[in-house]
Amino acid sequence: MSEELYDRQIVAAAREAGAAQRLAAPDVTVEEDNPLCGDRIALDLALADGRVAGIGHRTRGCLLTRAAAALLARRAPGADPAALRRAIADLEALLAGDAAPPAWPELTMFVPVRAVRSRHDCVRLPFLALARALDALDRREGGAR
Amino acid sequence: MSPPAADLRRHFPIFALRPRPFHYLDSAATGQICAAAFAALERFETTARANVKRGVYRLADEATQAFELARARIAAYLGAPRAEEVVITSGTTAALNIAAHGLAGRLREGDEILLTAAEHHSNIVPWQLAAGRVGARLRAIPVGPDGRLDLDRLDELVGPRTRVVAATHVSNVTGAVTDLGRIAEAARTVGATVVVDGAQRVPHGPVDVQALGCDFYAFSGHKLFAATGAGALWIRRELAEDLPPFQGGGEMIRRVTLEGSTFAPPPHRFEAGTPPIGPAIAMGAAAAWLATLDWQRLAEQEAALTARLLAGLAAIPGVRILGPSGTQARCGLVSFTLDDVHPHDVCQMLDRHGVCLRGGHHCAQPLHAALGAEASVRASLALYNDAADIDALLGGLEDCIRRLA
Repeated sequence: MSEELYDRQIVAAAREAGAAQRLAAPDVTVEEDNPLCGDRIALDLALADGRVAGIGHRTRGCLLTRAAAALLARRAPGADPAALRRAIADLEALLAGDAAPPAWPELTMFVPVRAVRSRHDCVRLPFLALARALDALDRREGGAR
Repeated sequence: MSPPAADLRRHFPIFALRPRPFHYLDSAATGQICAAAFAALERFETTARANVKRGVYRLADEATQAFELARARIAAYLGAPRAEEVVITSGTTAALNIAAHGLAGRLREGDEILLTAAEHHSNIVPWQLAAGRVGARLRAIPVGPDGRLDLDRLDELVGPRTRVVAATHVSNVTGAVTDLGRIAEAARTVGATVVVDGAQRVPHGPVDVQALGCDFYAFSGHKLFAATGAGALWIRRELAEDLPPFQGGGEMIRRVTLEGSTFAPPPHRFEAGTPPIGPAIAMGAAAAWLATLDWQRLAEQEAALTARLLAGLAAIPGVRILGPSGTQARCGLVSFTLDDVHPHDVCQMLDRHGVCLRGGHHCAQPLHAALGAEASVRASLALYNDAADIDALLGGLEDCIRRLA
């Protein structure tokens, strides 16, 4: 089980996270903590014409958290909020055991995590930050109306 | 004389059911249940189950007697002068909340509560809540680079407004044993009450709360090789008499009218509702069995294993031990970090080797911050561990480094 948890795809994705940068002028920045271990992600999002124009993050976490953050940073640019929310829902479904293919195929690298409930929050952390960032943007947009 | 660990393992049912490779090094989180506690729990639940303190039929009376025997056994393990000074709680957290809530009523705005930087969150947050209610101020004894409390700061930190000093007996991160005598002496000079979190100390042998000079002593039964769900709080008799209850309900009152209530004397005042009867009886049985062991020999065994672990870790490049590097005034509990590998990843990889470790901040974020770490890997020993457990951990770490670092 642990062997699968740390397969090459996850380890390689986690290494990507180390090169991540923050955005100079984000539309929204959120911080999310994993209370279990104190891991933290600071996530920046910038939108243009209703799509992600830039995403930045600083992630302090385990391989799973960093791999999830890296995947997010790779796939989010160009996506609209609806696609991002679908990715969040896809991850939850995947962790819950749903066999349906996710819109972002790379999410399937986290299938082995399904069996290790205590590590679900590790993968979720960047996506929780993303959800909070989208909520903040929604509130801002709602306030502007 | 106590038998060696291999023989002691026979007193813990899990080791027969989970043969090696199974290396349980997470006893600081939860100790394995001993046969004496398990038998007592099973006996109560299957042959003597009834509520306590109220029923007059024979079964209920037997349950009450078993419950009160457990209280007496725990008092004996703690060196408490009277069984009635021991409150049965759901665990250390509940015990510390009883203490903090009760003592908050004696605090005034501007009074000070002195903690230490080495506390578990359970001995921080209740005091923050108490301080917030009355406008008291929290201060903390810092730790030095070796993770030990800097008690040279006591003269400066204990002052005329200090009303409570709350300290852990043994750090759940570094294993360092607190010099409670020195703390109690400083507290006495200003009339402050001393509250001790004994959760990490009681699994390593009987305690003498009177010699320690403290006023409150809290611990959990599941760390004392009993069931989960019960703990205890010893309160010095003179203090307990005037302490207000933490929770209201049945079994803690003297008389109730619709206009108001008067409360039962301690310990019942602090035991609202049905207590965790079975787990408390198991806790008493564990304490009674543990009290028969040769703790000097067990301490030597634990020190030797701790030294083996410390030496092995020190030889691995990239390992940083949080806390003391030696075995003096420490229990068999070692936390460490590994360069470029997250504690959770270390624990997950070590699981492949059958090694059970804890990774994270161990509910001690301020201590981790003081030691310059966000989280760590913790190996915690108990009387059933042996050299094979240590060697499995060290071998597994090398494998982990090969794969992940």
